[in-house]
Amino acid sequence: MAKRQAFSNLMKAIRDGKFVFTGELEPKKILDLSEIVRSAEEMKKTGKIVAANVTDGPQGDAYMASMVPSYMIQEKAGMEAVWQIAVRDRNRVALFGDVIGGAVLGLKNILTLTGDHTALGDHRRAKAVYDIDSTQFCEMLSKMIDEGKDYEGNEIVGGKIQMNFGCVANPNSDPREPEILKVGRKVEQGIDFVQTQTAFSVDQAKEFLKELEQFNIPVLLGLFPLKSYGIASYFDANIPGVSVPKELLTSLKKAEKENKEDKKAKYAAIDKINIEYFEPFIREIKKTTKAAGIHCMAVEYERLFGPLLKNF
Amino acid sequence: MIITQQKNIEEIYEIVKLYSKILIAGCDGCCQPPRSVNEAKVLGQLLELKAKSENRDLKWKAITVLRQCDDRIAATTLRPFIEDFEAIVSLACGLGVVMVNRVFPEILTFPAQNSMFQGAQNNGDNFFVQYCDTCGDCLLGLTGGVCPMAGCAKHLSNGPCGGTVNSKCEVGKYTRECAWVKIWERLKRFNRLDLFKKYRPPRDYRLMTAPSFIEINKPYTNIEESNEEKT
Repeated sequence: MAKRQAFSNLMKAIRDGKFVFTGELEPKKILDLSEIVRSAEEMKKTGKIVAANVTDGPQGDAYMASMVPSYMIQEKAGMEAVWQIAVRDRNRVALFGDVIGGAVLGLKNILTLTGDHTALGDHRRAKAVYDIDSTQFCEMLSKMIDEGKDYEGNEIVGGKIQMNFGCVANPNSDPREPEILKVGRKVEQGIDFVQTQTAFSVDQAKEFLKELEQFNIPVLLGLFPLKSYGIASYFDANIPGVSVPKELLTSLKKAEKENKEDKKAKYAAIDKINIEYFEPFIREIKKTTKAAGIHCMAVEYERLFGPLLKNF
Repeated sequence: MIITQQKNIEEIYEIVKLYSKILIAGCDGCCQPPRSVNEAKVLGQLLELKAKSENRDLKWKAITVLRQCDDRIAATTLRPFIEDFEAIVSLACGLGVVMVNRVFPEILTFPAQNSMFQGAQNNGDNFFVQYCDTCGDCLLGLTGGVCPMAGCAKHLSNGPCGGTVNSKCEVGKYTRECAWVKIWERLKRFNRLDLFKKYRPPRDYRLMTAPSFIEINKPYTNIEESNEEKT
């Protein structure tokens, strides 16, 4: 399949052969977006983050629609958004409507997701939609971008939308083969890039990236720096298929205990643990794999970006 | 078979307490677990006890019907009793309740069951499983005989999703098998991963749009194009 034009800065940077970094923002049940915008500004200041993902109701919770903060960070912080859209909540009619709306707002990247089931979220009695699945959503986006048509083939007045889009893959998947084959289906449906779920094992990440090489598609490996022991242990216990290495959990706990009184020292100790773990991790991935970059899910932990990425 | 669960006795009593004579009709059709004359009797006794506790008098009779969803069978079985009762309580699935209301429009028929799903019973197991979602567009030939509509919580046509951990589904706290991992295992075993790799386009949900109706030997009529052709 011929490569689609790079419309977004993210795709342009990837095509330029840069080792790119993306960040992540998580709008929750909020009315005030100033924290999100501030966080995006901090990312921008590092000069390392090309784009920031904006999540769409993770864990099935009812949060602010991701389109609005995606637009706001572009407008107010000059940070390009990777607009996450889950097919959990919208049928093909609503997805189409949202995507052309987002195109008008100047959004340039979409990350397609199935979405955690509503049975996991805070509205467990809701009807989960899943009218089309994330692979079919990819086909729909390809029609909108490459042909200027909706899913049924009706023309969009004004023509083709200018966007790039990607999908998610899980390096922790077990068994792995169906996960890899699924990415293959999405490549056929025209994705431009892949961002992975978080990896904590270098070896596992390398194997996974190796298997994805057959598709010749840019892959950004997901990493999740751990802002606190609480977040780390929650993540360890509650995020499907992810286990945080024991030594990381222990050292975070210790750092928090030893610096109970001094907030500044505590932050410094935690940042040090993260840098010592993730910097060599990133270096290894950059050196030994064909990964296009790193998707760094340091949500509300943007202070780490500068020191963590200064040597890349 | 249609799998039902009996409603809470309080809920059934709330519905029937305005009547003093009720006919309780079991069903010997495909309804599972059994909802026949014995179950109808037990329900009658419970309702009578409940009425007594409120100093009310409730007369009831328990019978059963071969299949409540067949209008002729329902009519011939229930006709002799109708005049003696003020209301009917049906132990059939929703189909039986609707059919008895249609066959005897002069009397109200109430449900004693919640119809849960169309299910199967594995011999010896004490539970029923939904293996088919009656979606109107059977994919089982492409999925190694495992249904992604009934088996996958997200009804994915192109799974698995990222909510699979060690072959288990995120819905149900990782206790249930992921249908898409099962599909992959089945197809791999028969060297048919070509079917797994195949992209499946979106489903046509007109096939599941209510109310559905089929005339024997005619195309499915719930699609507007065919309706337009008709007129």
